[in-house]
Amino acid sequence: MIAIVDYGVGNLFSLASSFAAIGAEVTVTGDAGTLLSSERVILPGVGAFGDARARLAEHRLDETLRQVAAQGKPLLGICLGMQLLFSRSSEFGLHEGLGLLPGEITDMAPRLPEGLKTPQIGWNSLHLLRPEHPLLANTKEGDFVYFVHSFSAVGCGDALLAETEYGIPVTAAAARANVMGCQFHPEKSGEAGLRILKAFLAI
Amino acid sequence: MITKRIIPCLDVRDGRVVKGVRFKGLGDVSDPVSLAQHYSQGGADELVFYDITASAEGRKLFTGILRETAANVFIPLTVGGGIGGLADFARVLESGADKVSVNSGAVADPGIIGEAARRYGSQCVVLSVDASRVGESWHVFAKGGRVDTGLDALEWIRRGIGEGAGEVVLNSIDTDGVKRGFDLAMLRAVCDFAEVPVIASGGAGNAQDFVRLFTEVPRVDAGLAASIFHFGEITIRALKEELAAAGIRVRL
Repeated sequence: MIAIVDYGVGNLFSLASSFAAIGAEVTVTGDAGTLLSSERVILPGVGAFGDARARLAEHRLDETLRQVAAQGKPLLGICLGMQLLFSRSSEFGLHEGLGLLPGEITDMAPRLPEGLKTPQIGWNSLHLLRPEHPLLANTKEGDFVYFVHSFSAVGCGDALLAETEYGIPVTAAAARANVMGCQFHPEKSGEAGLRILKAFLAI
Repeated sequence: MITKRIIPCLDVRDGRVVKGVRFKGLGDVSDPVSLAQHYSQGGADELVFYDITASAEGRKLFTGILRETAANVFIPLTVGGGIGGLADFARVLESGADKVSVNSGAVADPGIIGEAARRYGSQCVVLSVDASRVGESWHVFAKGGRVDTGLDALEWIRRGIGEGAGEVVLNSIDTDGVKRGFDLAMLRAVCDFAEVPVIASGGAGNAQDFVRLFTEVPRVDAGLAASIFHFGEITIRALKEELAAAGIRVRL
């Protein structure tokens, strides 16, 4: 069973449907017990870091997610869910993240060459830095995935799995041990996205 | 680098695609879910559904279709039509929409843009504008393009972005349905200041119109069209191949 963390952020219908489409048994839950007893956990999220972080704390899910990570279960953060796994973010003030991935989340705008818009919205290609990582088992260099974001992870070190080029190299996927994250939306990235979700199910 | 997006748009009334759609070998397709699947497999980067239903029953049918589409099609889905407040945002987002487009509803109450952006994030709020040239400027038209609001289109778009709109769909009433190309002058004027993605709509008659759009207004992010795709005049795949041959980055 795969559990999608429900903490009142964003539309989880598509995400649950995409897992159902590849044959996974999926539950959308905010219950700590269910999260701790499921085989795999997905942390979704859209919107602002501070709000989402506060909601996690409010539901005491930050501790639960740290336990999930400590259990050694595959944990995948998507978009803002990925950003929450890092140490901190500077979106609308400084916020502490869950500290499960090395690096921090910063505004892309001051780092981009002139003429590039934020948010980055649309399909961009992946450059694989660690193609041997199991999350990328079904992914080819240059596969296109769908991004919507204004902030991105920096300083990931060897946790960096894949980048995308948006005037500068932008962190697209990262992982440390059983904790993984995608800045893009695999559930909105057509066939290429479903292949990544399938790879996650096989980890 | 990021690619230019090609977006087919479907008008849905009482659960069916308006006027139906004709493809070679497929016959008449008026089921929105099948059509959405067809476009997604054909390389569409995103889909837009406009709900042009007036009745409450039609609305219910539409939400059902939305759910079925979102359960089967895994590319971004924008929904517009009859969005007048946060309750409408909630209704379509819970049914699987990724973005919501506001048009007349925002003209009637501009506060809705900021409210929705704060609640769901700017990436979720698309400002859709129907505009037409009036004298030396462009005006915003409401009620499906029938009523001149007197608002200056550039001012309105600037304000909408300031309020929190994360994308702008600019539909030119003057070029819509004429099939002689997009309204490049108006698009250029908007792209000169808009720091969020701009989607061009209205006027696409063939692949060369898209080539001209992305070549002459390089800051445009996406092109939206309906009839040239619906009536099989060109497939999305063929259009993208032509764009790639012209040096424009697309997802193939």
